[in-house]
Amino acid sequence: MAKDTDTGADTGYMGGDKELKWVGTRPPRPDGVDKVTGRAKFGADFYVPGMLIGKVLRSPHPHALIKSIDTSKAEALTGVKAVLTRDDFGDRSSEFVPAGEMMVNYRDIVRNVMAREKALYEGHAVAAVAATSNAIAKQALKLIEVDYEPLPHVIDAVEAMKPDAPLLHEDMITDGVEPAPTKPSNVAKRVEFTIGDVEAGFAAADVVIERAFDTSPVHQAYIEPHACVASVSEDGQAELWTTTQGHYVARAHCARLLDMDISKIRVTASEIGGGFGGKTVVYLEPLALGLSRKACQPVKMVMSRDEVFRASGPTSGAHMKIKVGATKDGKITAGQAELIYQAGAFQGSPVQPGAMCAFAPYDLENVKVVGWDVVTNRPKVAAYRAPGAPISEYAVECVIDELAKRLGIDPIDLRLANAAKEGTRAAYGPKFGPIGLVESLEQAKAHPHYQAPLGPNQGRGVASGFWFNIGGETCASLIVNEDGTAALTLGTPDIGGSRASLCMMAAEELGIEYDRVRPIIADTASLGYTFLTGGSRATFSSGLAVIEAARDVVRQLCERAAKIWEIPTDAVEWADGTAKPAGANAGDFEPMSLAAIAAIAGKTGGPVVGHAQINAQGAAPSFGTHLVDVEVDRETGRVTVLRYTVLQDAGKAIHPAYVEGQFQGGAVQGIGWALNEEYIYGPDGKLENAGFLDYRIPVASDVPMIDTVIVEVPNPRHPYGVRGVGETPIIPPMAAIANAIENALGIRFTELPMSPPRVLKAIDEMAAAE
Amino acid sequence: MAKIHVSTTINGDAVEFLCEPEETLLDVLRDGLGLTGSKEGCSSGDCGACSVLLDGRLVCACLVMGAELGGCEVETIEAMAHGDVLHPLQSKFIEHAALQCGVCTPGILVAAKALLDKNPDPSETEVRYWLAGNLCRCTGYDKIVRAVLDAAADMRGS
Repeated sequence: MAKDTDTGADTGYMGGDKELKWVGTRPPRPDGVDKVTGRAKFGADFYVPGMLIGKVLRSPHPHALIKSIDTSKAEALTGVKAVLTRDDFGDRSSEFVPAGEMMVNYRDIVRNVMAREKALYEGHAVAAVAATSNAIAKQALKLIEVDYEPLPHVIDAVEAMKPDAPLLHEDMITDGVEPAPTKPSNVAKRVEFTIGDVEAGFAAADVVIERAFDTSPVHQAYIEPHACVASVSEDGQAELWTTTQGHYVARAHCARLLDMDISKIRVTASEIGGGFGGKTVVYLEPLALGLSRKACQPVKMVMSRDEVFRASGPTSGAHMKIKVGATKDGKITAGQAELIYQAGAFQGSPVQPGAMCAFAPYDLENVKVVGWDVVTNRPKVAAYRAPGAPISEYAVECVIDELAKRLGIDPIDLRLANAAKEGTRAAYGPKFGPIGLVESLEQAKAHPHYQAPLGPNQGRGVASGFWFNIGGETCASLIVNEDGTAALTLGTPDIGGSRASLCMMAAEELGIEYDRVRPIIADTASLGYTFLTGGSRATFSSGLAVIEAARDVVRQLCERAAKIWEIPTDAVEWADGTAKPAGANAGDFEPMSLAAIAAIAGKTGGPVVGHAQINAQGAAPSFGTHLVDVEVDRETGRVTVLRYTVLQDAGKAIHPAYVEGQFQGGAVQGIGWALNEEYIYGPDGKLENAGFLDYRIPVASDVPMIDTVIVEVPNPRHPYGVRGVGETPIIPPMAAIANAIENALGIRFTELPMSPPRVLKAIDEMAAAE
Repeated sequence: MAKIHVSTTINGDAVEFLCEPEETLLDVLRDGLGLTGSKEGCSSGDCGACSVLLDGRLVCACLVMGAELGGCEVETIEAMAHGDVLHPLQSKFIEHAALQCGVCTPGILVAAKALLDKNPDPSETEVRYWLAGNLCRCTGYDKIVRAVLDAAADMRGS
C-alpha cells in the first residue's frame, strides 16, 4: 500500500539556492502550435468510420414519476440502431467514491445518467438513441412515449428543508444527526466543525456582527460541451474517446455502471476545452458505451449548450448565516457559520469543504461551522473550482470587511492581525505548515493599487481566500530515445498548460533542453492509474511523478556510465546533463552526455526508461488576497471593475505565465459569479436562462487587465516548492467586489449576483430612505 | 428531403459539397469537410468559437446555412498559417500564454485577424469590444488582449 514516503526521501524541497535552468522560465507550451492552428482534437473532433449519432431524451418536468417508457416506435424507425432506458442499467447500492475533492455515489450516478423511478429535474436523461444520422436520432426521440406523473417540485434549498416540502428521495434519512430522524427528508447530511467555545468567544467580544447571505448556483461554463465517441466490439472490448478531467476515473465509473471489466475499456482523453471541475463526472460516456454495445457500432454523443446548462453540474447555491466577534483592538474572538448548500437532485453538495474552508484564513480559538446538504429539483451539482469554498468564504470575508469598518481598522491590517500562519491549527483539524497568507496581505498593502486615488462612485475592496489542494495516485514514464530526446508519458489531462510545466521539470532534472522532451497524455491502457486533473493537483502530483521518473532515468544513466568506465555506480554522479566521475579517485573519464549514453544503450543493457507510480503526498494549501476597484453607475446599477490585482502564494511557479493565467482566469470567473451569473428558474421549475446570451459570463469588454503578484513561500514537500494554484483564485473575488461596492455606495449587498437590477433597486431604496 | 449541391471556395480551394437544408456552415465544415478547427460552443451565435470569415466578413459559422454558400469565399483557422510559418497572432498567442484549454482560441484568432485587417493599430478598448463576441472561460482575457496588441505592433513594424 502506498504510504507517505512513497514519493521517496529524495523528493523533499531542494532549497532555493540551486540554480535552475528551466523552472521559473516561460518557454512555449508543447501543444501550442496544435492549439493555435485548429489541429488539436477536442471531444467533438473525433470522427470514426461507421459512426452513429447518439441523442438523449430529457425530462420536461422538474419532478415526475416515470410510469412507463415505450420505445417500440423509435426502435422501429429505419436508421435507429439502439435505444437505452433505465432497463439497460442495473441498480447500484450506495457507495461513495472520490471524484476530485468531492465524492460521488454509484446509487446516484446510475440514476443521474438515466432517470430510474423518477425524473428529478428538468433535463434529466430519460432515454437515449443511436441512429445513422442526426436527423433520424432526433426523430426517434420524438417517437419515444414516456408516461409521466408530474409531482410537486422544490427549487429552493430552504423550502426543501421544510417538513411539508415535496420529497425527492423517499428513503433519505439525514446523516450526521443524533438521534437519527425517523422520517425521510430532503436533508441528506449535517456536518459540523468546531474548535474551542464560540459562546465564550462571543462573550469576550466587544463587537459582534451577524449577517445572512444568499448565493445562486453558477455553472462552470466551459466553452466545450461534453462530447465523446464510444466503440464497443462484438467481444465487448471498448474504446472511449472523451473530453474529461480524468480518463481513469471515467473508466472506473463506466465499468461500474455497465458491469464491464476495467481492462475491457480503454479511454483516451481528448484535448479538453475547459472543465473547472465540471468534467470530473460522467454523463454521456456510459450512454455512448451502452448504445455502442447494443449496436456494435461506434457512437458519438455531443451535448448542446442547452443540455450543458440543464443537465450538467453547476455548483451549489447557498443560504448562510455568519457571525463574527472581535475585541476593540481587532482580535477576532469567535467565528460561527451555518451553511445550507443545495446539492441538486442527488446528495453531495460541497458543503463539507465549504464548512472546512469558511474560517481557514484565520487563526481562531473558537469556531463553529454547521453545514447542511439539501437536495432540490435541479441538476446534480458537480465540482466547480475549489468546490464549496468560494461560497462560504465570500460570506465570511464580507463580515470581516464590515468588522474592519466598524472597528475603524484597515481591512488588511485586521486580516494581518488574525491571519493563519505556520503552526496555526485550522478549525477542520490540521496545523498549517509554511503558508503565504501573511505575505500576500503584506504585499497587497504595499502594492501601488492599494494607495491609488479613487473617484466618485468608486470603491475599493479586499478579500482573502484559502484552498487545500490535493495529491493522490499518479503515474509517469520518461522514455529516453536513442538520439537523446525524451518522451514523457503522463496521466493527467492537460487542461491549461500543465504539459509545459511537466516537461520543464523533466528537462531540469535530466539537464537537457526543454524542447528535447516531448509529452503525451497516455490512454488508460498505456500508463497506470492516475487520478484526475482537479484539486489543483496536476502540476504538483504529476510533477512529483515526473521528477521521480527523471531521477530513475538518471540512476540508470549513471549505472550505464559506470559500466562503460568499469567503475562502481556510486563513483558516478549526474551534473549539468552529464555523467561524471564523482571525484578524483573515481578515475579520469570524459563526462558522457545523456545523448551519448542513449546512443549506445543497446550495448549497455537495453533501453533507458524511468517510471514513477506514487501516491503523491504533501500537497500544500494556497492562500491569496485580491484587491479590486469598482465604479457603480447610479443610473443603471451596473458595476464596472476598474482595476484588479491578485496576490497569491504559488510555492514556486514552474511556468509563471500559466500561474498568472490561473490567477487571472479565476479572478474573472469570480467577477462573473459576483456580478452576473445565476441560474434563474420559473415557478414551473424550469431553467429560464440555459444559454450564453442569458447566462452571461464575462466577455473581454467587461473586465480590465488583471494584475498578478506571484508570492512564493515554498512547499517543503516538493523538490521545487510547488503548491497547487488553480482553485484559490476564484475564492476572493465575490467578497472583494461586494466590499468594493460597499466602499463606493455605503450599501452592503448580501446576495449574489450583484447584478444591475439588484444594485439599482438598492440605490433607489437608499435614495427613497434619504 | 434531397440534399443540396453547393459549389464554394474554402481557404482558397474550390470545394463542392452536398448538405441537408438544415445544416449550418459549421456542420458542413466540421462534419462534411473535416475542418474541425472551428468549434461549436453554443450553436446560437453567443460564444464565437466557430468564428470564420465569409467573403471577408467575420461571422459565426453556426448562424450561416450551408446552402447559402454558393459562390462565397470562406476562410477558417486552418488557413491562418502559411506553410510552416505561423501568423504573427498565432505566434504571439503562444508566446504570451494567451490560451489555457485552447478551445476558444481558433475563433478568437480568426476574429482578431479580422480586426487587425481592418484596424492595424487598435487600442486596448477596441480589442476588448471587438472580441466581446468571443467567450473565453479560462484566461480572463488579459493575456489574449496583450497578445493581440503585441501582434499588431509587430505587424506594423514589419
